[in-house]
Amino acid sequence: MTAQEIAIVAFAQTPAVRQYGDSEPAMLMDLTNQLLAETGLERKEIDFTIAGSCDYLSGLPFAFVMNVDGFGAWPPVYESHVEMDGAWALFEAWVRLQVGDIDIALVAGSGKSSPGKPREIFALQTNPYYCAPLGLDPVSVAGLQARALLDAGKASERDFAEVVSRSRRDGLANPNAQVAKDVSVDALLKEPYFAAPLRRHDLPPISDGAAAVLVARGERARQLCERPIWIRGIDHRIESSHLGLRDLTDSPSTRLAAEKLGVHDGPIDVAELCARYSPEEIVLRLALGLRAPTRINPSGGPLCGHPVMATGLVRVVEVARRIREGSARRGLAHATSGPALQQNLLCLLEGDA
Amino acid sequence: MAERCAIIGIGQTKYARRRGDLSMDGLVREAALRALEDADLEWKDLDAIVIGKAPDALEGVLMPELSLCDALGAVGKPIHRVHTAGSVGASTAITAATMVESGLYRRVLTLGYEKQSEGNATWALGGGRSGSQGAGGSFAPWIRNYIRRSGAPEHIGWKVAVKDRKNALRNPYAHLQMKDISIEKVKESPMLWDPLHFLESCPSSDGAAAMVLSDAEGARRAPRRPAWVIAHAKRTEFSQFPGRDTVRPLAGVDCAKALFAKAGITDPLRQIDCAELYVPFSWYEPMWLEGHLLCEEHQGWKLTDSGATELGGSFPVNMSGGVLSSNPIGASGMIRCLEAANQVRGTAGDYQVDGARVALGHAYGGAAQYFAMWIVSSEPSPSF
Repeated sequence: MTAQEIAIVAFAQTPAVRQYGDSEPAMLMDLTNQLLAETGLERKEIDFTIAGSCDYLSGLPFAFVMNVDGFGAWPPVYESHVEMDGAWALFEAWVRLQVGDIDIALVAGSGKSSPGKPREIFALQTNPYYCAPLGLDPVSVAGLQARALLDAGKASERDFAEVVSRSRRDGLANPNAQVAKDVSVDALLKEPYFAAPLRRHDLPPISDGAAAVLVARGERARQLCERPIWIRGIDHRIESSHLGLRDLTDSPSTRLAAEKLGVHDGPIDVAELCARYSPEEIVLRLALGLRAPTRINPSGGPLCGHPVMATGLVRVVEVARRIREGSARRGLAHATSGPALQQNLLCLLEGDA
Repeated sequence: MAERCAIIGIGQTKYARRRGDLSMDGLVREAALRALEDADLEWKDLDAIVIGKAPDALEGVLMPELSLCDALGAVGKPIHRVHTAGSVGASTAITAATMVESGLYRRVLTLGYEKQSEGNATWALGGGRSGSQGAGGSFAPWIRNYIRRSGAPEHIGWKVAVKDRKNALRNPYAHLQMKDISIEKVKESPMLWDPLHFLESCPSSDGAAAMVLSDAEGARRAPRRPAWVIAHAKRTEFSQFPGRDTVRPLAGVDCAKALFAKAGITDPLRQIDCAELYVPFSWYEPMWLEGHLLCEEHQGWKLTDSGATELGGSFPVNMSGGVLSSNPIGASGMIRCLEAANQVRGTAGDYQVDGARVALGHAYGGAAQYFAMWIVSSEPSPSF
């Protein structure tokens, strides 16, 4: 069958901040209202709403239930929720619109890491019987991945620092960045280890934040905005949960998703990668075969702001922004979940020629 | 609508207070393998996996799709995770059906599970706070309000509790097997949340339920009769606000309206042969009969009282024993959808409704604010 033409018609994000003063529903309400105001749509004109969030961040089972207050759910709405990054909510919305009977979907991702300790919480992603009791946390896994890259000769500590230096400098131009700095590679390499071979700056900041997009089908997309950003495809794949069965220096799931989408059938002007730790960017670049002139993480990427559960959807927003501004025509957004890039999603976006 | 969706494989675990013989991986794999076997397919035949469960805090495993992906044959494939509170099992099935209807995925495994013995469900259901009133404590005032509004006599709740447990005796997968269940036993069981007695409440179960969904071409090639997804609908409303009708939430009414309109159903009680409704507390049978437009307001309890909802009645409800007999929360909605499919496939064994052609599967969640439903049929395009 021929895929339906579906486009992002509006996008919004909060800045990434260490602690957002208000509630998660309040963030979502702000974003929803921004999107409605920009497109002139009324709440009742949105056919389907879907969000991604994580109960565990606030330590409150059913925390996501309160988020519907932010979207506006009265009169009742057709709605769903994934316990995944908002990029997966976008995937489900895109699939839903493919059916062809509805036109407009509101998609969001939100997370407040400030109430808890992400390093402890995300240690619960590993196998509950064999691994989680050992307390293997995501920073330690990222350290193992970095070490594997060094041992395999695929990267040096200087390569990690170059990713950080470029990202943090790019973050200076991003009003939504939480941390940004003009800092040289040599200065970074003088910093002490945090989880060797990772230094503190190889890690993302702990952030609160949210992102949201409005997507629409076919003609409706053209009516709602001047420059729709067309979703040419979304694909996601997962790898084994057993770290010992994986080559941590590679990302075959990302490569497979790229093949399915035909990412390399045209030039990629911009790629926003959900590289939470600097070595992850190197793994993804290698797996995707990205090189100049493709611009990687011009927003500064997750190293400048990591609102968990929105970080992936923010990548989509950042690519969409560049296509709308005209600095890119075809771009790739990446989202990830799990230890050491276990699960990966790619979204291929394109502006009108 | 790009593609039609059909259920071509069904698999369930035995539901029990504690499945100490299986890890979470083993539990989901048991249901998934049975669904694959029923469809005569192998792991490699699946294009995607969609799983659902209630809050991660129930077992203390964060984003369990990550650790379960190996057991579910998902490596190298998309695995998608839905969470919509108690309605999640049905929402998950609907997301999977949508993936098939989109034309992007031809065969999708969908699965719901909960292993409540590895956590503290009542703690989690109370929002993770100590001193939780439990789910029954949230619903009891609304049930009392229903009784006041409808004038229902108190024995209605007891009757549902007995009916569903008797039905469960015909279902080998059901958790509760109460051979000596009786009205007397129900009303003499401890009062938990007035008017709900202990035996009017659902159990806490371990279990997993799975379905293989396919496009029309796969359904034609399937070894056993498929069940066709005729329509599905979901609606959500706020948890609370002044003036909210908690007895007959508008989201439930709207959801049923959308569902019946899509299916072309104009007289649901006559045109639908049987229903698996999410009834975790006895009184929700008459409440949902009314709240989902299966009968007029204040008439639901009369339908229950008349025996119409019994196996052999004119509109059987929860033939499998329902949530009152097995409740692995994240799977409970999936089980409702799957048992509706069992009826129209003619694979419901000793609790088969003779000649069932059209069946309703339903779940609700949160503060009775999330609704997910589907209608399945033995025919791809049943006329009414």
